[in-house]
Amino acid sequence: MNNYPSTLLEQAVNEMSSLPGIGKKTALRLVLHLLKREPIEVANFSQSFTRLRNEIKYCTECCNIADQLVCNICSDKNRDRSLICIVEDIRDVLAIENTQQFHGLYHILGGIISPMDGIGPSDLNIDQLIARASSGEVKEVIMALSATMEGDTTNFYLFRKLSDFAIKISTLSRGVAVGDELAYADEITLGRSILNRTLFENNFQK
Amino acid sequence: MHLKELQLINFKNYESATMHFDESVVVFTGKNGSGKTNLLDAIHYLCACKSFINPIDTQNILHEAPFFVVQGSFENNDKTEAIYCGLKRGQKKIFKKNGKDYERLAEHIGQFPQVIISPSDATIILEGSEERRRWMDSVIAQYNRNYLDKLIQYNRIVAQRNAGLKQGNLTDELLDILDMQLPDKGNYIHAQRIAFIEQIQPLFHHYYEWISGNAEAVKLEYDSQLNNQKFEDALLQARQKDRMMQYSTLGVHKDELQMKMNGFPLKKYASQGQQKSFMIALKLAQFDILAKEKGLKPLLLLDDIFDKLDEQRTTALMKLVSQQHFGQIFITDAHVERVAEILRGINCSFAHFLVEQGSITRNEA
Repeated sequence: MNNYPSTLLEQAVNEMSSLPGIGKKTALRLVLHLLKREPIEVANFSQSFTRLRNEIKYCTECCNIADQLVCNICSDKNRDRSLICIVEDIRDVLAIENTQQFHGLYHILGGIISPMDGIGPSDLNIDQLIARASSGEVKEVIMALSATMEGDTTNFYLFRKLSDFAIKISTLSRGVAVGDELAYADEITLGRSILNRTLFENNFQK
Repeated sequence: MHLKELQLINFKNYESATMHFDESVVVFTGKNGSGKTNLLDAIHYLCACKSFINPIDTQNILHEAPFFVVQGSFENNDKTEAIYCGLKRGQKKIFKKNGKDYERLAEHIGQFPQVIISPSDATIILEGSEERRRWMDSVIAQYNRNYLDKLIQYNRIVAQRNAGLKQGNLTDELLDILDMQLPDKGNYIHAQRIAFIEQIQPLFHHYYEWISGNAEAVKLEYDSQLNNQKFEDALLQARQKDRMMQYSTLGVHKDELQMKMNGFPLKKYASQGQQKSFMIALKLAQFDILAKEKGLKPLLLLDDIFDKLDEQRTTALMKLVSQQHFGQIFITDAHVERVAEILRGINCSFAHFLVEQGSITRNEA
């Protein structure tokens, strides 16, 4: 397997297989595929990664990945600047944007607190969040983190940090998923839904 | 609950075997390595979806065979249920009830309860406190789903806390937050364990007296740091020590279940036969709790039960388990006649199977 006829090929395969989830055989298949393409296409392909790595910026406000110093969402004049949704990373932003139910701004933490993975509060974008909260512009923050023990720990931490400010602090509701049949809902979720039940009339507001 | 029929294909040392059990007491005898315990293991598979000996499923397939199948038909309140368990190499194991696949194995586990007493239970007495906590947890979790959930959450927080303490960069602020989440779960686990010990203690005493002929006084003692202090306060007090030791020194993960005989630790002062009697009494008490919580009598699997017990205790035990109180029991013994003689002596009818290198014959004599 290691006897490639060309060191150029070997190098390309090694680079490709350094990606997560890509083994030597898949890497070889992808590299051979690139070899069949036009040189200009491959140049564009590789250039896009170089540019990504060199030119990407992190939004100075929400810490999201952006092309400019301030990202599209933060610079959008139509969005509600008094509402901030705290998320773990950009994938959560995309997920929430797809719901089309949120028109405030985001704050990307860049992870959640987990000593096991060596991530402490100082590794997250918490100082920037405090700065935003102290500006006086923000009325509510929504903590939209994973419903895990690590997510809860981060929530508690942020809650303590933010409770000094006159800001409403909310979190995503946890309960039965839309379209779920109760018989198939898992017991913990269902139990929690019963404990945290909501007034029926509130269900109409939307 | 009764197991009426058991069918094996390529399971461990059996190429194929079929047995019918009409009796409440079933005895398997045979030489070492003939496959007696494997029969109990097959029954264990049907009830608990796994082996009680080898956790690696594929190693329970007959050497070089491509798959195994274990099938059984249970009778419960005049209703017959056929359970199928199949495993092909390289595929997920499949469980079916009355021909219908389960989506999750968890749905099956608990429907056909069993209690197994085997020589490997000695680890509960001899090994560290972790083994005893594991045993308590496994019994409580069988009738209390919430308990398992709280336990998983609790262990997760402790694991995170320990990781942070080890790295030495855990701020007081973050420690506060981790500690804030512990008491709710820890106190629940503590309360459930106390309730469990209270429930099992009298049952356990009753069985031990029966087996030993009241020869020794035995006791279970639940030791927990939470027995006489408040979790929240104690956590704060232990903080400095935790930082020094670099792990969490306080909580229900440090609980111990003391096993005592005549006031002394069982592990150090009791003979092997006494330890064995202790374990059997404990497991029979577990049977009672399960039977009460589940509303049906679990199968009782007794693996190599006479090993280390004297004649008097053996007879007492057989008298005990052959009572109506217990449902169906399965017994293995290396000695061909020993069990049969005892059972005949106490006028108990039973089925006797002779096991020989993967083949089984019913002994009608």
